[in-house]
Amino acid sequence: MAAKRAERLVNLVIALLSTRQYVTAARIRATVPGYEPDDGTERADEAFKRMFERDKAELREMGVPLETGRTSVFDTEDGYRIARADYELPEITLTGEEAAAVGLALRLWESAQLAGAAHSALVKLKAAGVDVDTGRAIPLQPRLDAGEPAFEPCYTAARDRRQLEFDYRRPDEDTPTRRHVQPWGVVAWHGRWYLVGLDLDRQAPRQYRLSRVVGTPKATGPAGAFEPPADLDLAGVVAGQVGGEEHLVVVRARPGTAIGLRRHATPLGPADGDDGDDRLELRTTEPGALADQLAAYGADVLVEAPREMRDAVVARLTRLAAMGEPA
Amino acid sequence: MSSPAATDRMTRLLALVPYLTARPDGVALAEAARDFGVAERQLRSDLELLWMCGLPGYGPGDLIDLSFEGDRVRVTFTAGMVRPLRLTTDEAVALVVALRTLLELPGLAEREAVSRALAKVSAAAGHAGDRVTPVAVSVDAREEALAVVREGLERKRALHLHYYVPTRDERTERTVDPMRLILVDGRWYLEAWCRRAEGVRLFRLDRVDDVVVLDEPAAPPPEAHGRNLDNGVYQPEPDAPAVRLRLARNARWVADYYPVDSVAPVEDPPGGLAVTLRTADLAWARRLVASLGGAAVADEPGELAAQVAADARAALARYGVESPQASGSGG
Repeated sequence: MAAKRAERLVNLVIALLSTRQYVTAARIRATVPGYEPDDGTERADEAFKRMFERDKAELREMGVPLETGRTSVFDTEDGYRIARADYELPEITLTGEEAAAVGLALRLWESAQLAGAAHSALVKLKAAGVDVDTGRAIPLQPRLDAGEPAFEPCYTAARDRRQLEFDYRRPDEDTPTRRHVQPWGVVAWHGRWYLVGLDLDRQAPRQYRLSRVVGTPKATGPAGAFEPPADLDLAGVVAGQVGGEEHLVVVRARPGTAIGLRRHATPLGPADGDDGDDRLELRTTEPGALADQLAAYGADVLVEAPREMRDAVVARLTRLAAMGEPA
Repeated sequence: MSSPAATDRMTRLLALVPYLTARPDGVALAEAARDFGVAERQLRSDLELLWMCGLPGYGPGDLIDLSFEGDRVRVTFTAGMVRPLRLTTDEAVALVVALRTLLELPGLAEREAVSRALAKVSAAAGHAGDRVTPVAVSVDAREEALAVVREGLERKRALHLHYYVPTRDERTERTVDPMRLILVDGRWYLEAWCRRAEGVRLFRLDRVDDVVVLDEPAAPPPEAHGRNLDNGVYQPEPDAPAVRLRLARNARWVADYYPVDSVAPVEDPPGGLAVTLRTADLAWARRLVASLGGAAVADEPGELAAQVAADARAALARYGVESPQASGSGG
């Protein structure tokens, strides 16, 4: 930003903070340095108007609570002021430990989506007298994956409660389909970003992996168009749809094999027969994924029950057996 | 909309006088520059600009006044700029979500401090923090090993690990010199110098079956450097042999998940993708193909498909199911 404009904006903020009266645009033009002076020409008036509109938009975008109104009923036009109580960050005192916690937490965003907002939040806390030491050598490094281009538009639409439309392609589909969604929020769940919201075509809550969004999502309609459920638990929605009913599976494994399975299995003792197999009980909410894993263990693991799991694994093995020439 | 750099500067300009107000004894310029994350030169130019600003009238008693003593600066007249601007919704979200995420972590010694900080920050955020927060971060929070590993890091002690290696389906034991704990893609990893492998390794904490802090000091050798994780945890091995797979529609996620050299659509299987992965670990490739249950056809190396098929035949024999005729092409 040009130094002239920055200087003008700072002066405008100071001037509007220093008065309880509403100050008209004409008065601002006459007092705050840097505005196109009134020389009686229409051109100058136009130039001033443009500058002033831009300045107001910039301040509002930064979160400066610029009020419009009239001080008395005799005023003929609206003026502007900034109420100090709305402008100022309330008193906040953090102990050294609490400040260190804030510093550590903000490193979560270091390379990720809200890095800019995290940085300016930190600047404001420091300006409020909090000594946030971000350099404290804690060998702990939380971070989120950066570079999800759909994050910004999805987050902004969820924040402003605007309807969103975008093209979405699941990996098993050839062409993307257009979705219309009331966005409730964005969730990082096990390292992947999801948009959660109400799918308007299906009239049901849905989650969308941001990496499968094609192109830039577009917000439509007014802000504040809907209200997410009051008891909304964003991560819970994603977890609930990823998880599901729990299935019990019993397998027999050759001794010393299937180490990965055994880490999460309940041992049921030795199996009948003389091959020394161990019987294991497994629990899963994703039977398909477990069948994949069991098939990959080949002859080391046999499914005993239930029948559906046994059939699912045999079907996989049959497809795999057809893949190559017999060895 | 203005550029982020421009908004950054305005945020800084409005925060600088309150920052100095909160530090009445003055601050070294270098320290202030560090606090704002800018070069000292930029900070000087910000202060010079503020010196020109003040209350209407703009006379000597109206302008912001700063006093420089050596390399220190303090404010002597604030022109009414005593507190920073309140937090925007985005800033409140960034703070609140980050603190909540930290609170979810198991074995965190600073839990109480984090939860007090969260309460105070939420109060200061006011209405910006009231709304249902449109962002949540959920991490895999069950790692019991985290507390022990942290203790090792903080006391600078070596660790003894029982570690599960999924690519070989093996439980290993090793002594490591811990370097840092990293949270990537929602999972915790210990980065450490592995004395057995004589190299820096990442250990996923949910694969650590047992860990103890040893009495000997942690001593990663000077050549141990942290890995750059900007491209994720899976490091491509550019010089390793190529494994070429054709992925059916329901296995196309593999191309998202693992680093692949090349991706091209193919007709067979319909809607399929041909991908090239690079790995020296053929056992891993075999497991991957087998776990895809026929949804991936292995084209290269030649023996891969034959090995997977032979494993499957042996398994079918144990089930007492007859193996199908080999088709050779897998189609």
